[in-house]
Amino acid sequence: MKAPSFAYARAKSLAEAFELIERPGAKILAGGQSLIPSLNMRLAHPDLLVDITGVGDLRGIELKPSGLRIGALATHAQIEKSELVAKHAPLLAEAVKHVAHPAIRNRGTIGGSLALADPAAEYPAVALALNATIVLAHRRGERRMSAEHFFKSLFETDIRPGELVAAVELPKVERSVFLELARRHGDYAIIGLAAVVSASGKRIAFCGAGGTPVLAPLAAKESTLEAAQRALEKDLQPPADLYHSSSTKLHLAKVLLSRAWNTLSKPH
Amino acid sequence: MEHALETTLTVNGQRVTRRIEPRQHLVDFLREELGLTGSHIGCEHGVCGACTIRVNGEIVRGCLMLAVQADGCTVETIEGLTDSKELAPLQKAFHEHNALQCGFCTPGMLLAAQDLVRAGKKCSRDEIREHISGNYCRCTGYQSIVDAIEEVMRTETHG
Repeated sequence: MKAPSFAYARAKSLAEAFELIERPGAKILAGGQSLIPSLNMRLAHPDLLVDITGVGDLRGIELKPSGLRIGALATHAQIEKSELVAKHAPLLAEAVKHVAHPAIRNRGTIGGSLALADPAAEYPAVALALNATIVLAHRRGERRMSAEHFFKSLFETDIRPGELVAAVELPKVERSVFLELARRHGDYAIIGLAAVVSASGKRIAFCGAGGTPVLAPLAAKESTLEAAQRALEKDLQPPADLYHSSSTKLHLAKVLLSRAWNTLSKPH
Repeated sequence: MEHALETTLTVNGQRVTRRIEPRQHLVDFLREELGLTGSHIGCEHGVCGACTIRVNGEIVRGCLMLAVQADGCTVETIEGLTDSKELAPLQKAFHEHNALQCGFCTPGMLLAAQDLVRAGKKCSRDEIREHISGNYCRCTGYQSIVDAIEEVMRTETHG
């Protein structure tokens, strides 16, 4: 299908972006790899698309004392090629390999993925497992929000009117693992697992397991795989999709947990 | 309502300026406005890969980019890359290996394959499959496509 009619404006600076996104019916366009399909399918009807890809302040990947700061406009391809990401956020480096296909990875952005909050997408689960900090910019200043409080519900986040995702900060952890099952490489996850081990213990998050990325706090507390798999039954109530029942997804979540378990329980 | 914006881009080496409605995606623009019908439209939501084109040297989904976003960009399509002979080795190998039947996916498949070939790295069959995982072919079962790409990579690496 073809997209409905809308106006288009390109912001050259953050100030200009803030002014444009407050206009009625405005929607932010970054890489467009989820927004343009939903326009083509007429699931979205914006009056104005504000293209922020020209805003330099939203670019870049840099190491800060608090962790790795990734600008919202970093594309999947840039993340995939980044040595900083490979070294300081290996969980994200593993996850990006599962994000769509090369032609899409060249345009899609991390900020767009987090702002859309697709529950089957990889980055929201990575952000939740790391309890990353989402940096939200507004004309009156920045607000920082932990991933645990950022993802509210299906495609709903804590982003307020006039705000945009400026960056995400990923803390360093001791060990991490990302695994995903999909029908075709790069397709939406049937189920995916993002897990980390840090001084405060394990954190295990799943994508494709609910309306948001979902934490599995009970499984994370267990010290044996069998107990953790049993606990997963209480942590997850995955909704069925077109091809997989809820119980199949729960079974596959347990399979991923068993594959991840050696990394998560390795003594150090 | 009219929202058209004047947009200038370079397509296969030629500068073009048009007034473009923001709702028009890049492949529709190439096909409808410029008559470049080699880039195909399959699913129009980024799944099939038939619209794969090159923008500023990188492959993209032509249906997932608005034509107005290409303002100032360099766009290369199957037509331009055929004329420049850049795709000639792959086209020959596709022909020889029967790596196409109906041909609908082929322009997109060639662009995705060339992206891998020109990276200059020798890839395993699995890596080739992964790279073209975003391009659907409903005729060949992919085996012959992977054969063709593998052969070009082998010859290019040795040559």
